[in-house]
This record gives sequence, C-alpha cells and structure tokens, in this order.
Amino acid sequence: MTYEVKLEIFEGPMDLLLHLIRKNEVDIFDIPIATITDEFLAYIDMMKALNINVAGDFLLMASTLMHIKSKMLLPDTDDKEDEEDPRLEIARPLLEYMRIRDLAHELSERDVLGRDVFSRIPSTELSALSDSEDVPLEANIFQLIDAFRRIVDQRLPETQLRFRLEEWSINEKIDQIIARLKEKQTLYFQELFPEGMGLSELVVTFLALLELVHRGLLKLFQPDHDSDILLNAALPEERNP
Amino acid sequence: MSEKLQPILEALVFAADHPLSPREISDWLPEYSIRDIRAALNALEMEYGSMGRSFFLKEVASGYQFRTKREFAPYVLKMYKTSPSRLSQAALETLAIIAYKQPILRQEIEKLRGVDVGGIVRTLLEKGLIRIVGRKNLPGRPFIYGTTKKFLEVFDLTDLNSLPKMKEIKTLFSNGEGAVPALQALEGTSDAIQEEAADEAAPEGPKD
Repeated sequence: MTYEVKLEIFEGPMDLLLHLIRKNEVDIFDIPIATITDEFLAYIDMMKALNINVAGDFLLMASTLMHIKSKMLLPDTDDKEDEEDPRLEIARPLLEYMRIRDLAHELSERDVLGRDVFSRIPSTELSALSDSEDVPLEANIFQLIDAFRRIVDQRLPETQLRFRLEEWSINEKIDQIIARLKEKQTLYFQELFPEGMGLSELVVTFLALLELVHRGLLKLFQPDHDSDILLNAALPEERNP
Repeated sequence: MSEKLQPILEALVFAADHPLSPREISDWLPEYSIRDIRAALNALEMEYGSMGRSFFLKEVASGYQFRTKREFAPYVLKMYKTSPSRLSQAALETLAIIAYKQPILRQEIEKLRGVDVGGIVRTLLEKGLIRIVGRKNLPGRPFIYGTTKKFLEVFDLTDLNSLPKMKEIKTLFSNGEGAVPALQALEGTSDAIQEEAADEAAPEGPKD
C-alpha cells in the first residue's frame, strides 16, 4: 500500500486520523478500527524512518487506537448490552475536530480585514497581521544574535572571561529597559549596550531583551541587514475592553 | 433632523481610525439619541450599498467603518507592498476554538486539537486576536483565553453572536446507528444533515 505523504499537513494525530478516514472513505461512526490503527502505526513508522521526531501526541493516539482495537476484539458479553461502542472514544473528539475545521474554514472565508477588505486608515495594529505569522518580529532571532555579536566584537577585542557573582539579574534589566522605553517609546539596540559595559552585563541585558520580546512587550525592526535594530515598546495600551 | 445628522456621522466615520459605535458617537453628539444615530448610520450603510462605489459602510465589532470591496484587494495590497495577511490552518483552528468556546484554557484547546498549541496561542496573542481574560483557580493558575475586539474587526463580525453557527450533528449520538456520512458532514454540503440537526437541538451560540 502506498501513502501519499504531505507531512506538513499532519500537524497532529487528529489531522492524520481524519486524513486516513477520508482516504478510506469510511463512516466516522463505523471506523474499521483495525485498518485505521494499522495505517496510523505505519505512518508513525514512516515518520521515524524519515527521521522526523514523532511527537508524543501521535504515540498517545496510537495507544488509544490500539486500546480500542483490543476492546473490539473481546467477545461480546451479553450482560453488557448497554455498553457503548468503544470506538466512540475517538469518534466523538474526531467529530468535534471536524466541526472546528469547518468553523475555521468559515472564518477564513469571511471578508478578512487586511486580506480582502481594507479600512480607510489602516491602524498600525493591523499591519502586524501581515507577513508570516510565526515571526512576530520584523527582525528575527538571528538578526538579534548577529547584532549582539557585533556589539561583543566591538567591545571585547580579546576574549576574556571572568566569573563572579551575578551582579545584574535579568528581571532588573527588564525593568530598566521598560523604564527607558516608557520614556522614549523607541530605542536603538546600540543604546542598550553603552560603552564600558562588561561582558556579563551585556549578556544579561541581551537575555532581558529576549525575554521582553518573548513576552510580547517589545517589537523589533531592522530596516536592512547592517542597520541598527530599532526597539519599539509594545507595552499594554489595549484599546480593547 | 436626521438630514443634519447623517452627514455629520459620515464625516466622523470617514475620519475615524477604528469602527465607531453609536454609543461612542453619542458622547460627541449629546443632542442625538443612540437610537437616532444608529438609524442614521443604517440608512447611510444602505445608501453606500446602493451607490456602487468601490467601498462600503459596514457594521463591524459593534461599530461602523468604511471598507473597500473584496474585488479591489489586489490593488490595495499592491499599494501597501504587502502580501495578504494569512493565518495558518493551525492558527485558524485554534482561533475558532477560542472564539466558540471562550472563556477557555489552553489545556482545553489542546484536548480538542490533539496537539500542543503554546506557540500558536502566543502568536494569536501577539496579533491581538485573543487576550488573556483571567486565570482559573486550578493548580498552576492557568490563563483563560478569549477573543478581542480586533478579532471581530478582522473577521468582519458585528459581535460574537454573529459568528457562523456551529453545525450540530448530535443526532448521531442519540441513536447509535445514525450512520451519518462523515465526509458530507465534513464538507458541510449536506443540507439534510443540518436540517435534521436543527430539529434535534437548536444550534448553540457562543457563550459570552
């Protein structure tokens, strides 16, 4: 049996299960559990063979499937007439999942602002919607690291490591950066690392910066590769209720 | 008096940077009632609708806003030099779950989708489409998520009640061998199923 593999499609076990059910054109309430389990396992094997990390979610689903399969194999005991079909254990969540996919589809069919329709003054917030979604920053982590390396290179021509007690905590640095951003709204990356800052402080400052970005309190922009990165405060200014 | 009101509203909505709600407008025009303002905006909406312009007035997120028609999107995008905003399938599914099941915990979202959604939730938070509405009194005090006003704006919804209705396929569970063709239900093409479901149970709207 051959499989049509589009790995990026199967984001999770539910996705894969749904694909198998569609492929086999079976009724979700009468799933041929043996067939589907076998195919599910075969798919996991294939993922392993392709050196793809099989997420725990897939393994959990596989064990659920096998559990159901084993239940189905047990002979019917007459006194348990009212016991429900063990397959419902996956049929229910699958159905729920199908409904969600349906809803997601309906949402995406709407007149989406910034894609299908545009308001007269596009608020700056909306521009954050464009471009790829997994990169919330205009400058990515590699650009950040590059910029940091440049700073370290400038300051420390000869590498010199000294260990001492932590003098700056990341939290302190975060507070400092936030305080400065509250004053100015925007800062340049360079400004965070003034002349004469020691290596450990540089590092702590950089970690604080990463943490701020991670928490979504900062937005970074880098107009082009060699220019300095601009830090924009994204401090809570919720227009929303 | 609405002859005077209408052009004022038109000017306000035209110059605003977000959808203007009748309530908001009434703060600036205390001499008019919210009801009058709403009526005038509705009339204006109809008027623009019948004018055949490239933009229209639309009620979104409980406010009114001018928006360009869908067919002109390619030109506007060209002007902005951006590609249209896209959410991945995974992000859309997660957003749909939050929209319909809010207030909801991340754990509950993961149960429905069967995968970790941490990264996606963060992305949606960053885009301002969802927000943290509180914390649940459970071990670890997990965050509770809900959608934002911006979600309504982006997806052209007046309010949460105007979300597309969830299709109820409950019939299947009540009588064990209901045997509904899964594929049809999936494609959402089977009207018969929907009607059947409608008889069985009124589709539930989103909880607030």
